[in-house]
Amino acid sequence: MPRTLTLTRTRLAALLAVAALALAGCGGGDGSGDGGSGAAAPGEIKVFAAASLTAAFTKLGERYSSANGGAKVTFNFAGSQALATQIQQAAPADVFASADVPNMDKVKDLVGTPRSFASNLLAIVVEQGNPKGVEGLDDLADPDLKVVLAAEEVPAGKYAKQILDQAGVSVTPVSQEDNVKAVVTKVSLGEADAGIVYVTDVTAGGDRVEGVDIPPDQNVTATYPIATVKASQAPEAAQAFVDLVRSAEGQQVLKEHGFLPPPTT
Amino acid sequence: MTTRSRAPRLFAVPAALAVAFLTVPLVGLLARTPWGSIGTELTSPRVLEALRLSLVCSLGAVAVSVVLGVPLAFLLARVAFPGRNLVRALTTLPMVLPPVVGGVALLLAFGRRGLVGQWLDRAFGITLPFTTAGAILAEAFVAMPFLVITVEAGLRAMDRRYEDAAATLGAGRWLTFRRVTLPLIGPSLFAGMALCWARALGEFGATITFAGNLPGVTQTMPLAVYIALETDLEAAIALSLVLLAISLVVLVALRDRWFPTA
Repeated sequence: MPRTLTLTRTRLAALLAVAALALAGCGGGDGSGDGGSGAAAPGEIKVFAAASLTAAFTKLGERYSSANGGAKVTFNFAGSQALATQIQQAAPADVFASADVPNMDKVKDLVGTPRSFASNLLAIVVEQGNPKGVEGLDDLADPDLKVVLAAEEVPAGKYAKQILDQAGVSVTPVSQEDNVKAVVTKVSLGEADAGIVYVTDVTAGGDRVEGVDIPPDQNVTATYPIATVKASQAPEAAQAFVDLVRSAEGQQVLKEHGFLPPPTT
Repeated sequence: MTTRSRAPRLFAVPAALAVAFLTVPLVGLLARTPWGSIGTELTSPRVLEALRLSLVCSLGAVAVSVVLGVPLAFLLARVAFPGRNLVRALTTLPMVLPPVVGGVALLLAFGRRGLVGQWLDRAFGITLPFTTAGAILAEAFVAMPFLVITVEAGLRAMDRRYEDAAATLGAGRWLTFRRVTLPLIGPSLFAGMALCWARALGEFGATITFAGNLPGVTQTMPLAVYIALETDLEAAIALSLVLLAISLVVLVALRDRWFPTA
């Protein structure tokens, strides 16, 4: 009996050690590198941002960290509609950047005054080399062409529907993806022939995809608002991130990723 | 031998916590249910469409699993072929594999540019992603192992003397399987099918990754819940309730198997 007990204790200790290691591994994996203190470091923030902002905001997050003594920025990139719902359900967000105004309006009681910080146009994304010879919106109506769109709940899907409706083109998509990046993925894997995404997603999609322009008279402008979340535990840091995004430096980073300046109103 | 009241008293606290942890989320779901409008939610076209598609896909996945899985279980249980343990391990892998990984793997195998998929496309013009057949395939991939291990366990547990008797009476292998083995493993087969069906019905990750999301074609109930949650919480709750009810039915149907003494 005592022997089994010891064995069990040893096992328990081993198990705890493994668990501790796993936890430590998680902490280290986040890339902060500066010790594992339990309390949130000053300036540590969680930014909920539209999926289309993934590359630009990751870059801005690095800038923010280095300007604030390594303060950590954690991003939650997803469809703006999903992020708005998460904020409504009291998810711990400090900053919300949406790819459209309606989803920002959905949480208007929970956030500070939203400010536009960028705009974006839409484009047709096709595989590198454009094997199906897609030249414009009219080609998307071809029933033999596999077209993937973002779901209508997703801002990019809503914009795509607007564009197609305006142009009077009827498209039957093979899938309605949950966020705009998934549309690019399906095209870059070769599963879909074309999709409608933001111009910036084509750039971020790399060598496997290319864009077909949608002419200005058929295009729509996506406006991106950003706001701090009222329930934030780090309001100053949240404001600092918003300020960085709207600063000349932030605008430059966004421009490098293909975003346009916010509409001047 | 009576063993009642011999549990360490301290167990009561963590056990109660475990019960609370496992049941409170369900209570939360029921508490937020819009009972007043649940009827209209449940009969809305999107819910009915997702429900119909879920039934088609999950039953399709069970059919595929029975046709391919029962013979596999039989060989695994009865024939000591070389590499049997390896085959068993490989075919149960989808049970523990994260379903999203399964979806990615399915894309790389059966996608239009996939290992097998490009050949299917060239030779027959068949492409599976974004089709209902693709959704069935994704569900069968994750659910079939549940049927295989349950049926194999049943085959191993049964008394083989009945088969021997049938053989001595002149019955061939196929007749013996059909008239003796199959009825004897009936309960295992039923349990395996139920488990397989429940798993297929709840499949999310592999389906959305491999088959995409299109109402009426590949948007099954779990996908509809996920999408609805982002814009329409009440619809998501209504859909979740349907899945909860189905899970309860499966649990009740299998209670004798899982809790034989209760």
